Amino acid sequence: MDVVTVTDLVVERGRRQVLNGLSFTVPVGQVTGLLGPSGSGKTTLMRALVGVQLVRSGAVTVLGEPAGSPGLRSRVGYVTQAPSVYEDLTVRENVRYFAALYGMSSREAEAATADVGLSDSGGQLVRDLSGGQRGRVSLACALVGAPEVLVLDEPTVGLDPVLRVELWGRFHALAAAGTTLIVSSHVMDEAGRCDRLLLLRDGDLIADSTPAQLRADGRSDDLEQAFLNLITAREGITA
Amino acid sequence: MTAATLQPVRARTTHLSPRLTAATAGRVLRQLRHDHRTIAMLLVLPSALLGLLYLLWKDVPTLPGQPGIFDRVGLTMLGIFPFVVMFLVTSIAMLRERTSGTLERLLTTPQGRLDLLLGYGLAFGLAAALQALVTVTVATTVYDLDVAGSVTLVVLIAVVDAVLGVALGLLASAFARSEFQAVQFMPVIVLPQFFLCGLLVPVDQMAGWLQAISHVLPLTYAVEALQEVGRSASATGTMWADIAIVAGAALLALALAAATLRRRTS
Repeated sequence: MDVVTVTDLVVERGRRQVLNGLSFTVPVGQVTGLLGPSGSGKTTLMRALVGVQLVRSGAVTVLGEPAGSPGLRSRVGYVTQAPSVYEDLTVRENVRYFAALYGMSSREAEAATADVGLSDSGGQLVRDLSGGQRGRVSLACALVGAPEVLVLDEPTVGLDPVLRVELWGRFHALAAAGTTLIVSSHVMDEAGRCDRLLLLRDGDLIADSTPAQLRADGRSDDLEQAFLNLITAREGITA
Repeated sequence: MTAATLQPVRARTTHLSPRLTAATAGRVLRQLRHDHRTIAMLLVLPSALLGLLYLLWKDVPTLPGQPGIFDRVGLTMLGIFPFVVMFLVTSIAMLRERTSGTLERLLTTPQGRLDLLLGYGLAFGLAAALQALVTVTVATTVYDLDVAGSVTLVVLIAVVDAVLGVALGLLASAFARSEFQAVQFMPVIVLPQFFLCGLLVPVDQMAGWLQAISHVLPLTYAVEALQEVGRSASATGTMWADIAIVAGAALLALALAAATLRRRTS
């Protein structure tokens, strides 16, 4: 079953076209990686998936409903690239607030805080935390709603390697439990951790693939090199 | 692709949930609780400024049979302080929600836009009630402010004024793209209402066209309500009508703020 269906999605910001008619689907219960360099349109695409992006044309359907429908708001979780939590509240107060918005109890808030490894920092103000910790508070505020679809914009930026591995383990555990995750990254070494890959460049979808398929198509075991080879081949054709 | 899927999703502005409104009000109050200096300023500043006015007019002689200048100005200020302070605090708080990304995030949660705005109104309305209690108590005991009517009514009017300030602050913040702009909405929205509210010049002595403007500005009715309480021992019909007008203006501003709060942005 496809959880997300995007058809001919065109987005303009100012006079610039940021997404040039994308079409793809995302199956249920997998980690789909959205990869591409900075400025390729990843964040714009994610905003379209959660229904906060003005769309020029095309359709985005999530769980059978148009993206951003009121019925989807308790089923789709969104974590922005910059941690969007309240700096002047403690970790616990932040997670409990979002728990309340999703109709969850403080027990579920504690569980979500533990999931991101911040149980010991519950009473600390977010402004006193490091950047990586703030990002995890932001993640906990989405996890607490137990969404069916989780859209994560660069969730591992600035995290130390150990935590990064832990978080990817958590993502796969969620996917195994049936959650559909869409995770963006501009680091190609994270591509190998995804079940599926969508490669974006300048608003075009240049690959809808799996890590294994990308390695084969790009004729390299190194995903970064494979990505480069694909781009070169593609531009060779269009030139 | 069907035509239906191309339709933009209309957000429901009428959707209301007391539970979500209360959650947001609680969150805003918790943010306030962590900010000790703001609490201190909210509670103490109006009393201190009122003290300055008291000292300013203390030794100025008044005509026999006329109320003292401080009794008139001080009472009016009890309504103007919460309006101005809450307008500023709210427009900055909302701008922070916008720039920190929390607003966009909240709009992806089940919370409706009106829930969010009413939550703000409720939280700052409660803060204003506390502020008004302190200021009215200090004014009537320390500064001998003479109020013919009930002090409770003065607090009620102050709270309604504060909610008006919150609502206009939320509305103004929708048009501010930066802190610089947000702060400058204060003189744009607050000062004309202050000039024309009847404190500096009684409304019936203004030029006709200024009277017309004064009559469409909500602060005019708040000031009239306070003057009614100052003059008569029992609550007057004019006062209740004034309070209803101010409350209605606040609700209208909240509805407009909800309508201008866009879920989808470019």
